[in-house]
Amino acid sequence: MNLFDIIGPVMVGPSSSHTAGAVRIGYVAGRLMGEPIQKAGGGLHGSFWATGRGHGTDRALVAGLLGMHTDDIRIPDSFRYAREAGMELEFYHVELADAHPNSVELTLNGTRGKELVMTAASLGGGRIQVCSLNGLATNFSAEYPTLIVENMDQPGIVTAVSAAVACENINIAAMQLYRDKRGSLAVMILECDGEIPREAVEKLSAIQGVCGVTYLSMKE
Amino acid sequence: MSFRSMEEIVEVSNSSGKPFWEVLLMDDMEERLVSRQESMEKMQMMYRQMQEADAAYDGAARSASGLVGQDGARMQDYVEAGHAMSGSFVGRVIERALKMGESNACMRRIVAAPTAGSCGVIPSVFLTYQQQYQAPEERMVEALFVAAGIGMVIARRAFIAGATGGCQAEVGSASAMAAGGLAYLHGGGNKEICAAVAMALKNLLGLVCDPVAGLVEVPCVKRNVIGAVGAIAAADMAVAGITSRVPADQVIEAMRAVGVAMPCALKETGEGGLAATPAGVEARQALEK
Repeated sequence: MNLFDIIGPVMVGPSSSHTAGAVRIGYVAGRLMGEPIQKAGGGLHGSFWATGRGHGTDRALVAGLLGMHTDDIRIPDSFRYAREAGMELEFYHVELADAHPNSVELTLNGTRGKELVMTAASLGGGRIQVCSLNGLATNFSAEYPTLIVENMDQPGIVTAVSAAVACENINIAAMQLYRDKRGSLAVMILECDGEIPREAVEKLSAIQGVCGVTYLSMKE
Repeated sequence: MSFRSMEEIVEVSNSSGKPFWEVLLMDDMEERLVSRQESMEKMQMMYRQMQEADAAYDGAARSASGLVGQDGARMQDYVEAGHAMSGSFVGRVIERALKMGESNACMRRIVAAPTAGSCGVIPSVFLTYQQQYQAPEERMVEALFVAAGIGMVIARRAFIAGATGGCQAEVGSASAMAAGGLAYLHGGGNKEICAAVAMALKNLLGLVCDPVAGLVEVPCVKRNVIGAVGAIAAADMAVAGITSRVPADQVIEAMRAVGVAMPCALKETGEGGLAATPAGVEARQALEK
C-alpha cells in the first residue's frame, strides 16, 4: 500500500470491489484469451449477482474483456462496444462452492477456437484473485508482472522457464504450479519483481512442451 | 510507508524541520523509488482528475437503479440563487460533494479518496477552498499529501473500508483527511493538522455502513456532504486554537475498536440500519423485479 492507494486510484464508479475489481478480472481473462472473444458467459456468484447490476459489475467485466482499464470512461457503454465487436454476452446466476461473495465464473470462447473457464474473486479496493483456470485451482492477484504458462506436465519445463526468467536478471517473487493429474496439462504462474522484455516472453513460447504463454505487464 | 501514527509523522517533521506534507512526499519517493518531481506530478494528476470529475458532472443523469441523481444540480441552483443558509462557501461544498457522489453512482470517472463511496469529501472542500482563497495549485497538491498521509495512518492502524469498519471508516476517514488538509491550507501547523483530524473523526465515530439495496447510493451520496461539512468545522476549530482532549492517534484506535465491535448487519451487508427500513426494503424489492 502506498499514498496513491489512499488518494487514488482514478476509476469509474461506483464501487472499487464491484466495478473496478470486475474490470480487472475481465481484463486478465481477456489477456489470457489472447484472441477476440466470440462468446462470453458470466456466472455471477453471491453479492456479484445480488447487487451486480446496480454496481455495473456486468458492464465492468465486459469492459475488461475488451481490454479497458478501470479508469476508462467507456465502461458504462461496454455492452455496445461488445456488440460492435461481435461479442455475444450472457449473464446468469451461479453458486460456486466455497467462493468469496464477490466471485464470477467467466466462460469464454474465442474467434479462433480458444476456450477458457476462469473463476476469480474481487477482494475489495480493486484487488482481485484469480481462483481457477480451466478447472485448475490457482491463486494470483495480477498485481505484479505475471507470467502464465500452460504446459505439458513433463520434466524440465519448470527449469527451462525459470532459467529464461533468470537470464533477464529478474527475480521471481512467487511461483505456483498446478496440474490435474500426472502427465496432463499444467499451469505455471510466476509473479515477478520486474518487467520481462517481450523477446524473452516470445522465447518462452518456443520451449518444448509449452502450449501457451500469457504475460501480464504492469505497464499497459 | 513507514508511518504507523500521526505522532511519528510529526516527530520526523519536527526533527527534520520539513513540513508535514514534505515528510510524506519523501516517504513516497522512498517507498515507490521515484524522484521528487515524479511524486509531485502524480499527486498533481490526482488533483486535476478531481477537478475534471467535478466539471464533468451531468446534472441530468440518474444511477442505473434510479435511486440517486440530479441533486447536485438542485443544490447548485439554490446556492447560485443566494438562498443557502450556510452561505456560498459551505453551499458550494455541499453542492460539490453531492455531485461527486452522484457521478460515482452514475459510473462516471472519479478519484477514490480514500474509497469510491467517499470520493466526494476531499474534492468538495479542496476545490471550493482553492476557488474561494485563490490558493495556488502547488499548495493544493501539498495539502493532498497531508490528506493522503492521514489516510495512510488510518488504513494501517484501523481500516478505510465500510465492510470492515462501517461508514466511520470511509466517510469518517475522508472527513479526517480533508480536515487535516484544510487546516494546513488555512495556515495550521502540525498541531492544528492533528487536532483537525481528531475532531473530524470523533464527530463521525460509530457511523454505520447501511446501504439501501447494497448499492453505493443511499445514504452514501449525502453522507459525503456531512463528511465535507464536518471537515470544515473541524479545521476551523483547529486553526482557531481549539484542541482535542483525545489525541488523533487515540481517536483512530477508538475508531478501530468501534468498527470491530460493530455488528455485521451494519457493515456494508445491506441488512441493517437504513437498508432494513420499510422504504429501504421496498427499494431493494423494486430492483429485484
